[in-house]
Amino acid sequence: MANAALSRTQGQLAVTCEDAIVQVRDIGKNYGDVEALRGINLEFQRGKLTTLLGPSGCGKTTLLKIIAGLVPASSGEICVNDKVVTGPGPERAFVFQDFALMPWATVMRNVGFGLELRGVPAIERNRVARRYIEQVGLAGFEEKYPHELSGGMRQRVGIARAFAVNADVLLLDEPFSAVDEQNRRKFQEDLLRLVDLEKKTFIFVTHSIEEAVYVSDRIVLLSPRPGRISQVIDPMIDRTASPDDIRRDAGYLNTVEEIWQGLRQYAE
Amino acid sequence: MPSSPGRARSRMQAIVSHTKLNDAAGALKAPPTPGQALQSFAENRRSFWIILSLAVLFAAWEIAGLVPISFAFPKFSETVLAFVEMVADGTMIYAYFLTLQPLVLGVLISAVVGIGLGIAMGLSNKIEWLLAPVFIVLQAAPMAALVPLVTFIYGIGLTAKTLAVVMLALPVIVLNSYKAVRHVNPSLVDMCRSFQGTRKQQIFKIIIPDASPVLFAGLRLGIAAGFIGVMLAELLITPTGIGDLITYHRSVANYGHMYASVASIIAVSTLTLAGLQYFETNVLRPEKRRK
Amino acid sequence: MTLFGIRIPMMMSLVMWAVLWEVVGRLDLIFLIPPMTSVISAGMDLVQTGSWQNATLITLRSFVFGMALAIVVGVPLGVLMGRVRIIDNIFGLWVNMFVSAPLSALVPILMILFGLGETTVFVTVFLFAVWIIVLDARAGVMQVPPSLIEMGRCYGASRWTIFSKIVLFSALPEILAGIRIGLIRGVKGVVIGQILVSIIGYGELFELYSRSFDMERFWALTLILFAAAMLLSAAVELFEKRIEYYAGAR
Repeated sequence: MANAALSRTQGQLAVTCEDAIVQVRDIGKNYGDVEALRGINLEFQRGKLTTLLGPSGCGKTTLLKIIAGLVPASSGEICVNDKVVTGPGPERAFVFQDFALMPWATVMRNVGFGLELRGVPAIERNRVARRYIEQVGLAGFEEKYPHELSGGMRQRVGIARAFAVNADVLLLDEPFSAVDEQNRRKFQEDLLRLVDLEKKTFIFVTHSIEEAVYVSDRIVLLSPRPGRISQVIDPMIDRTASPDDIRRDAGYLNTVEEIWQGLRQYAE
Repeated sequence: MPSSPGRARSRMQAIVSHTKLNDAAGALKAPPTPGQALQSFAENRRSFWIILSLAVLFAAWEIAGLVPISFAFPKFSETVLAFVEMVADGTMIYAYFLTLQPLVLGVLISAVVGIGLGIAMGLSNKIEWLLAPVFIVLQAAPMAALVPLVTFIYGIGLTAKTLAVVMLALPVIVLNSYKAVRHVNPSLVDMCRSFQGTRKQQIFKIIIPDASPVLFAGLRLGIAAGFIGVMLAELLITPTGIGDLITYHRSVANYGHMYASVASIIAVSTLTLAGLQYFETNVLRPEKRRK
Repeated sequence: MTLFGIRIPMMMSLVMWAVLWEVVGRLDLIFLIPPMTSVISAGMDLVQTGSWQNATLITLRSFVFGMALAIVVGVPLGVLMGRVRIIDNIFGLWVNMFVSAPLSALVPILMILFGLGETTVFVTVFLFAVWIIVLDARAGVMQVPPSLIEMGRCYGASRWTIFSKIVLFSALPEILAGIRIGLIRGVKGVVIGQILVSIIGYGELFELYSRSFDMERFWALTLILFAAAMLLSAAVELFEKRIEYYAGAR
């Protein structure tokens, strides 16, 4: 375990790294009188999975939506591939907590929807969609409608849709929170496989400590009211081991415990 | 508000399918006695209950006519005979030919204008500010009071009757379309934005499809209001079509014919609305078809 | 809407439309639309006349009695339909049919059965209001959370206690929503009934003013009716909000 790349600017933690693909510069966000985020300085390394972790109300989802360009920041700026972003862009794809699947469209059309919006012809987008449907383990469900799928399968559709547009950065907003525990573990393992396979940058939001430690290359802890960076942890877990061994690994358990000690003050 | 009847109806269907499951499980156990068989038949078939409830009302009607509870209350059988007679001699069919003209025209105008205005109100804050309060007032208000005014401007012809239909149907359709757009799943809109959908794509690929169930519910309510409007127009402005049949047979104390005309318009309106709902769930919403 | 950074409340647009009406009225384009100000002054005079007060009394009486009967019949019937399958199966079809049927066509029948008087209007109000009250009461009773009923049974509540202390209270928001829509429909019913009967209450006044082309009074009466319908609906909504204060936690 190592605390890398930390520095303080004006009393706030700032996180830097080499080869950053996403740079969050001095982001602040106010909703009326409520300050949701203050002075966030954060860089996300290319090809890694970085998790934003914190108790509810710490603004982690807000920060993710600001990076996605879905929510405007009150101050500061976001750079992706060294370009300032003002809204959603093709280099980022978002996975929604509530899946955001169109109930009137088949799995195939849902997965290909990002391409449909770009005007990709049907044959081409169905080819791409079919590939990713297979990759998330939903082959054979192409013509089903979302209401015919379980919660876990629906989120696989959401993930396949994000992969299908071939973005550099995938933004995942608590993607497994509506999925039951057994499926959640399977999902986490599948996610690691996809991270390995697709060589993309992942920014992941969760409130589950175990999940964060299990999947992340780096964990950024946020503290609430207003949301600030409170700690950065690189779990350094040997991912070549089997999933069950990892969950029993002392390093894994210690990291979970350390994060819990840091967060317990926010629990009521 | 408009969802309550529909909500109740879908719950009824849920109960029916639930009992089906229970029955399937119970059927494995033992051969049913005739009593049980009858009971399970009754539980399985919605048509059984439809026939039974029709029979109960018609029997009550027949008995009330036999008593009779009023000199102006014909028996059910008399009414049916009168109905058959009017269909056979073509008067009923011609009456519907006349009544449906302002109704269909008025509903079409209300649907196009109403859904258009409602969607515009849902999409634009300025249009919402300008029109929403007006239509909120018009929907809650008894528009029937304004029907006599229409005759001043447009006389007693088709235009006046069409306008009466529009006056009753339009506010309902506008407000429901407006609510439909305002209640679109915000997460789906975010999803469309995150994939850089244009505003046009957002409206046509996300907002309108997601709003369409409520749009259709509004359309059904609008058609129901249109039926009220066309009957008001035919009874108030000048008797034509079904309104004429009702007024004429009332004036000559031909109560069987009068009741048959009234019952027929209620039946036509009910069948129209039920047919529309069937069409909606079975043709327009593919995700509902398989269940 | 905001204009120059200032938020303008939505109901202000009604004021704008009223001003527009005034302008159109002043321009004297159509005799049907007299200026808003003269409509209002006609309204001021109108409410002081004996004929208006008398008509209002008749209208209110039909409305109140009709609504009272609709609630007294509708709520228990809806609750019964929600609890007893056979009653639901027999009445369900008719309630669903009449809730959206063109009841204006029934008024001529009521006129021959009950005469050209208040009784017909009273029955019209009842028929317009009752079906939606039944349907919403039924829906409310049917969607009581099963865990609440199980909770009652765990603590040894009798069937009657469960019904009176859990089911009815749990269904209250839906019952009230049904009554609110019923009230709005009742207002439409009272107007449609009176206009078709046309010799009593507001129906008589409307007939009188439109025959004599007294547009100021016609509009004044209309606006009074519209305002009454809006106020009634707003009042019930306010009451409903207080009930939903606890219902929202469901």
